[in-house]
Amino acid sequence: MLPLANAPVPEAAAVEASPRRKRKLGFFFILSLAWVALVIFLAVFASVLPIPDPNAQKAAINLNPSLHHLLGTDSLGRDMFARVVYAGRVSLTVGFASIAIGLLIGGAMGVIAGFYRGRIDRVLMAIADVMLAFPALVFALAIVTFLGQNLRNVTIAIAVISIPGIARIVRASTLTFAQRDFVLAARTLGASNRRIILREILPNVAIPIGAFSFIAVALAIVGEGGLAFLGLSVHAPTATWGGMINDGRSFLEDHPALSLIPSAVLFLTVLALNFAGDALRARFDTKDVSV
Amino acid sequence: MLRSVAGKILYLIPVLFAVTALSFGMLKLLPGDPAVNILGPSATPAAVKTLHKQLGLDKPVVSQYGSFVWNAVHGDLGRSYQNNQPTTEALKQRLPVTLELLVLSQFLALVVSIPLAIRAATKPDGLLDRISTGVSFGFLALPPYIVGVVLVLLFAVAFHVFPATGYTPFSQNPVENLRSLTLPSITLALAELATYLRLLRADMITTLQEDFITMARAKGMPPRRILWRHAFRPSSFSLVTVAGLNFGRLIGGTFIVEILFALPGIGELTVQSIFSTDYLVVQGTVLLVAVGYVLVNFLVDLLYVVIDPRVRHAAAG
Repeated sequence: MLPLANAPVPEAAAVEASPRRKRKLGFFFILSLAWVALVIFLAVFASVLPIPDPNAQKAAINLNPSLHHLLGTDSLGRDMFARVVYAGRVSLTVGFASIAIGLLIGGAMGVIAGFYRGRIDRVLMAIADVMLAFPALVFALAIVTFLGQNLRNVTIAIAVISIPGIARIVRASTLTFAQRDFVLAARTLGASNRRIILREILPNVAIPIGAFSFIAVALAIVGEGGLAFLGLSVHAPTATWGGMINDGRSFLEDHPALSLIPSAVLFLTVLALNFAGDALRARFDTKDVSV
Repeated sequence: MLRSVAGKILYLIPVLFAVTALSFGMLKLLPGDPAVNILGPSATPAAVKTLHKQLGLDKPVVSQYGSFVWNAVHGDLGRSYQNNQPTTEALKQRLPVTLELLVLSQFLALVVSIPLAIRAATKPDGLLDRISTGVSFGFLALPPYIVGVVLVLLFAVAFHVFPATGYTPFSQNPVENLRSLTLPSITLALAELATYLRLLRADMITTLQEDFITMARAKGMPPRRILWRHAFRPSSFSLVTVAGLNFGRLIGGTFIVEILFALPGIGELTVQSIFSTDYLVVQGTVLLVAVGYVLVNFLVDLLYVVIDPRVRHAAAG
């Protein structure tokens, strides 16, 4: 993220001159959204749908997939499908909530820094630099170990980690718009700074940042998975994708599916979010000089 | 150029101050008395009081911070409460493992990504380009704890080619040392590889459209020479920057890989110390990682000014 923010801001003229290629979003974009929608749907309605209790140890252990247990059972006889679905609840909640917080705080920092420039810009970016320098995982580990392993603390930890990156990207985006003619026009018409930020800058910045936030959510899900892998996300027996991957490691030789199933689901979700974000970015990116 | 270097050094001071203050403050910000946290709930009041004195907790915060930095500069970061080992000693033992892992993985990532990116850029949207872009996009969605598990499954469980866990020091047995670091290095390299490939490919495609490339072609220069001598160098600036920054970032980013493969590096030390609430060791590793990141960042910034004439002149003018 650093080089992105350090990249020279393209001149307004160059932006206008570049041919605007409206790319089609295409089949894989729809497929990505469909997958994310499916995971969200299952996570939201898990308790209403006919899905077994994810923590019940009723069935025989390490069963193969069957009609009764769609993805088989784990080493404690718990239904793997149910666990993957319920784990999605944790990952999605942390992913979306933490990035929402990150966008609120980091976004405000970025817009203010990029709009006002000068000293306030330097101070805010120095804060972002310090936050980036602090090892992210140590910070998350510290918060979660010392303040308690629950959904709220995991979300807060990942939200704080996301702030500096979001602030830098929003700042870079704000810089490109703050020098455009329509901002000058608004200023000439006597608009206040507040009005320019809210009515001119924000709507424009929101588009590329909206595309980027798909990728940010994917990163947050990867982060939660990492914490869970170390056993530091929400408490067991609540299922998490990272926790399931880690649990399955002891059975790699005989039952690799215990690790591979949650790995595949996490991979597909992150891939779909990345793909959707990338496609949207390419679609709306006016800086993208066609090559 | 001198001015911009001076500016960067000036900027370094407040950032270093903030980073050290944060590492120092971590102990303070925790809920409860640090001494009780360290000694456990069953500690006697007398023991807590002794520890207070030992940690300097009875003095004002500013002087505590002052002596923390003063001691840190003199190589004293306190001792572990687990085994009474000085923290700097532990860091000295662990750092080579993490550094070797970093060097190997970055080397792997660059050696694979550079030729691939150059090949792909010569024919944008060609077969190789499509495949490498697609595959690298997939790698970006694979966190190390998935790649690591799959690699262990393939190369350690299915075919016993590499050990799944453990570490052999280089001085003891170089071959075993490299074998024990192979899977961890590949795990770390895959994600970086994808980033480098995409970055260099995009920059190469831009450079190859420049007039001086057309000029070189018109003069009849062999394509290989054009690619490597004329196009690669000006395209490599952002790659150098990102690779450099990654090196700094990854000092604190090898935790999961070290835990997964049971490598005795900085990351493993940090996680173990957090689990055993060995606060002073956590503080030491955090300080090392954060200061390391800031300094590497600074050096890369300087390097950028030195190797890229455009930045040099822009800064001067």
